[in-house]
Amino acid sequence: MTGRKLTGYWLILPAALWLGLFFAIPFYSLLANSLYDPEGSVLTGYHVSYRFANFADAIRDSGPELWRSLWYAGLATAICLVLGYVLAYAIAFKAGKWRNLMLVLVIAPFFTSFLVRTLSWKLILADDGFIVDTLRFVHILGEDGRLLATPVAVIAGLVYNFLPFMVLPLYASLEKIDGRLVEAAGDLYASPLRGFLKVTLPLSMPGVVAGTLLTFIPAAGDYINAQLLGSPNQRMVGNVIQDLYTDTGDFAAAGALSVTLMVIIVAAVLVYIRRAGTEELL
Amino acid sequence: MNGVQRLGRWIGDHLVLFGGLLVVAYMFTPIAVVMLMSFNDNSRSRNIYAFRGFTLDNWTNVCGPNGMCEAVARSVGIGLAATIAATILGTLAAFALVRHSFVGRSAMNTLIFLPMASPEIVMGSSLLALFVATGNSGRLGLVTIFIAHVMFCLSFVVVTVKARLAGLDRNLEQAAMDLYASEAVTFWKVTFPLVLPGIAAAALLSFSLSFDDFIITNLNAGQTVTFPMFVWGVAQRGVPMQVNVIGTIMFLISLLIVVGNMLATRRKPAAA
Repeated sequence: MTGRKLTGYWLILPAALWLGLFFAIPFYSLLANSLYDPEGSVLTGYHVSYRFANFADAIRDSGPELWRSLWYAGLATAICLVLGYVLAYAIAFKAGKWRNLMLVLVIAPFFTSFLVRTLSWKLILADDGFIVDTLRFVHILGEDGRLLATPVAVIAGLVYNFLPFMVLPLYASLEKIDGRLVEAAGDLYASPLRGFLKVTLPLSMPGVVAGTLLTFIPAAGDYINAQLLGSPNQRMVGNVIQDLYTDTGDFAAAGALSVTLMVIIVAAVLVYIRRAGTEELL
Repeated sequence: MNGVQRLGRWIGDHLVLFGGLLVVAYMFTPIAVVMLMSFNDNSRSRNIYAFRGFTLDNWTNVCGPNGMCEAVARSVGIGLAATIAATILGTLAAFALVRHSFVGRSAMNTLIFLPMASPEIVMGSSLLALFVATGNSGRLGLVTIFIAHVMFCLSFVVVTVKARLAGLDRNLEQAAMDLYASEAVTFWKVTFPLVLPGIAAAALLSFSLSFDDFIITNLNAGQTVTFPMFVWGVAQRGVPMQVNVIGTIMFLISLLIVVGNMLATRRKPAAA
């Protein structure tokens, strides 16, 4: 019997080692990075000087980008939630025999390169493109108004890229809802709207929470949309971290900024989960 | 009153479906543009952000852009290697989590959940910090990319296989045992075939995550160029239209696999 008891350990060991070595321990390295003496460089080497002022420097230097990332990611998540809910609801309750096809259509964009799709947004929103021309014609945009290199383009790109992460968990929780409960609300003279607000929506909360997290977290760290669809005025914190590593080679500042971003996100997630009352999700 | 209500309900019903279709259209417009642009003739103009005329040149001369096909081949190779490793490790872990008891299970669940809930830029910079701290900054390349990709694919594999395994009817295995099948025979003849669709889905997901990854790869690749890194590089200078051909091919292959899989499971509802 002891051999059988050990099986679980043998099965979990490789994955645990891999995640421990290449996910958990690196966080420790990152933390060490963030406390480096900023005088060091890649060539001369760094040493950990427990310089906590790195964090203050990071927040001072990159405050606007940090704030903008949270703001853009939050707005993109809210838009994703509305669009994703409509789509997930339509698939779960209205699509009938087309349900599987619509699900495939939701997953399909996953398999076309993220970067190639984002580049095609650049074409769609281009200055002499159809959308900009139309918006100028109806005077939503001015004569020389544009969409590219504006917050609108960056947020639209974020919404587009992370929408599947919202739709799938929403669909998973909507699909489980017993249709008889909604019917019962109708039988008890609840209007369809009231039935939705009192029955369907509360039952789909686990999907809402999971979808929100899966959208907000990657969106807050993303810099591809800001780089390809925005201008320097739309730089997000990811752009700054990436540049600090690859252009400046300033590992201390990059580490401090990464840790700051992670701390803010973890704090936001914990507050959000407590508010939403779904702590068992973790 | 009843008529008004019925009209309201009809509009409500179809409004949601119509809204859903609009969202699907939003999700597909860029893919349609990618497909269209793969036929774009931009030989006479530097402006890549307009359709200049129809041509098959991009398809007949896919490997025209310098270094692109090498990057695609590299990405496919990394994707296959990372998928195989992540699928094996992840499937074993899923079995451990669903079928076996061990100390530290909830800690393990958290360790598997966290990579899915961390921004890529943070995971990428952490790994880079580790490689630099251990004196491997000069050795960034295929191996470090492979390590990173297995790391972030692993969690998705565990979650996908776990879901399949948890939904399995254990009476089927019990029945096999009752009919004197040994534990090993039961596993290979009953359990494994039933879990296989979950493993296949996990592998497909892994490959697409790996093939598509840019942020983590870019930080840990050194001088190695993967397909997304190639696209990022040319995005600053001018995008060759062949990039859209690769995007279209990827899309068609994945659609074929997903639809084929759907038809196969429909024909054998017992296996679903």
